[in-house]
Amino acid sequence: MKSDGLRLGTWLLLGPALLWLLLLIVLPHVDMLLVSLRQRTGFGQYQTSTVHYLAFFTEPLYWRTFMRTAVMSILATILTLVIAFPVAWYIAKMVRGRVRSLLFMACLVPFWVSELVRTYGWMILLRETGVVSGFLQWTGLASGSVEMLYNDVAVMVGLVYASMLFMVVPLVTTLDSLDDCLIEAAYDLGGNGWSVLREIVIPFAMPGIVSGCIVVFMLSLGNYLTPVLLGGKGSMWFTEQIFTQFIVRFNWEQGAAFGVLLLVLSSLIVWLGLKLTRQSFTEVMR
Amino acid sequence: MSLQTPPIDLQCQNLCKTFGSHRAVREISFAIPSGSFFSILGPSGCGKTTLLRMLAGFLEPDSGDIRIKSQSMLGVPPNKRPLNMVFQHLALFPMMSVGDNIGYGLRRRSVGADEIRRRVADVLKRVGLPDAAEKRVDQLSGGQKQRIALARCLVLEPTVLLLDEPLGALDLKLREQMKIELKQLQQTFGTTFVYITHDQSEAMVMSDQVAVMNHGRFEQVASPQALYYAPATPFVAGFVGDSNRIEGRLVGGGEGPRILSRHGLSLAVSPAGEHPLEDGAGVEAFVRPESIRVARGVHDMASDNQLVATVETVLFDGANSRIEVRESVHQLDLLVRLPQTHEFADLRRGETVSLGWMSGQTLCFASGGGDGDRGGGQGGRG
Repeated sequence: MKSDGLRLGTWLLLGPALLWLLLLIVLPHVDMLLVSLRQRTGFGQYQTSTVHYLAFFTEPLYWRTFMRTAVMSILATILTLVIAFPVAWYIAKMVRGRVRSLLFMACLVPFWVSELVRTYGWMILLRETGVVSGFLQWTGLASGSVEMLYNDVAVMVGLVYASMLFMVVPLVTTLDSLDDCLIEAAYDLGGNGWSVLREIVIPFAMPGIVSGCIVVFMLSLGNYLTPVLLGGKGSMWFTEQIFTQFIVRFNWEQGAAFGVLLLVLSSLIVWLGLKLTRQSFTEVMR
Repeated sequence: MSLQTPPIDLQCQNLCKTFGSHRAVREISFAIPSGSFFSILGPSGCGKTTLLRMLAGFLEPDSGDIRIKSQSMLGVPPNKRPLNMVFQHLALFPMMSVGDNIGYGLRRRSVGADEIRRRVADVLKRVGLPDAAEKRVDQLSGGQKQRIALARCLVLEPTVLLLDEPLGALDLKLREQMKIELKQLQQTFGTTFVYITHDQSEAMVMSDQVAVMNHGRFEQVASPQALYYAPATPFVAGFVGDSNRIEGRLVGGGEGPRILSRHGLSLAVSPAGEHPLEDGAGVEAFVRPESIRVARGVHDMASDNQLVATVETVLFDGANSRIEVRESVHQLDLLVRLPQTHEFADLRRGETVSLGWMSGQTLCFASGGGDGDRGGGQGGRG
């Protein structure tokens, strides 16, 4: 009797999560897969086919766009890690109490503003008549106005900026649990700054680094606003291709195939990354 | 110095450290001969951790000098000192295997891989865990972790090994066992050990020399026996071993000095400490529970000090059983160790006992002696 009640309680508690998973994640993806595997042969007539998947591999524009997106996302992930690590170290180890919560808040504050508005903020800074251009002209470093938008650097800046928090939070959490004694012990046994970082701090923070990297990589790969707004029409981001297929060409089958490919290929890259760094997914998600 | 005296491994001269207005370590000087086991014993907050961190190099002293094998260590960072430390919570690296933990220091010194493997295997054998190299740190028991932490330092063959209360986290049985093991390891390795603890039993059992520290100062540096039998200050008398502390005034007389306690009891004492005792001055006397002889009923105890008392509480603790008694006339409370004879097996609360002890076992110090603020109020019933 009691165990029945307990079981019912468990199901009720799990219910919303399971429904959410099923209705909003599993179902759309199954449907997407089905859509991607059919080919329109006439008005309202379809047949099963892999032609849309073949198109991805035979049309260089498509897979080159994907490769470019993947490489840029990996680069953005690495840059975010390099910038976020000292920040996280400072928050976790160097400051205490009020200053610490203030710094944490400072990382969070940008996320109170919509991503669109934040990205427009960058456009105000970087455009031809923008703040940076104006400053360069005022100091005399540039003679004319400088256009800093619509290139890869602008996209990269936007991606790193949008991902910072998702790297800082897991890093702070893991670094926080690093006992200062371990660092002192490593110094005492003859380590110097670099070797302590390499042999003690980074291995210890690895779960945080990996989970932060996975999140940032996935977010960058799936980002649409930042590449389109900061990179312009020529930014060649893979999500843009999907958008074009669905909305501009009204070719849902091709768009769905790209969607599935994005999921599979990005999962493959994450898996490869885990293998290369000899991390296990369960360890990271602990 | 004679030729037989071993060389000095670690020497401190007038070491001082102040945090804000708090003088954590004041004017500490000592010298530790090579190969000895030296303990620094003191209550928490006495400055022993500050002293240790200065020795290890994590803190710079405000003034004074630290010398290892006559080399000044001032300005030498922790990773360049010929001295290693076993941390309170051991600080074994959780992401490395046991072998990698021990090899860490050797890798920092760019020792070859084969040489590292050989020396790690050798030190593991010496601490009695020959098969542990491949294990993960969390697979070890508390006592094994202890030995690995020790091995990780000893493999570097340091001149001095610092130990910061490493037995604190162990349970009682294991702690007793590790005390003996640590002492044996120290003797086989022959390394100079500096052991920091607040546990007098650890200090007494293992050490050649013990420094009793209080309020940033060394009260006394001596062998465990000397600390126990001839404490130099009232703090040491109260802190090392158990003691009954009796406050009163000194009364001179024909048959030697006596203390007149504030209860009105007069007891024969023998003066101790470096400060001379004056008639009528405030003094405190210390009697150990184990130096008081006890008999059931009212007897002549043939001692300098004789009392009749009532048993208040029986604290049965096997070999370390004690009774709390109250002296019948003046209501003085005393703690008395029970002899391990069956005579006292059925001793009950409310019984009358006779107590007796010699004046030589009643050490009397000038009150508030020592130097300035001595904290006082240490009941001494550790």
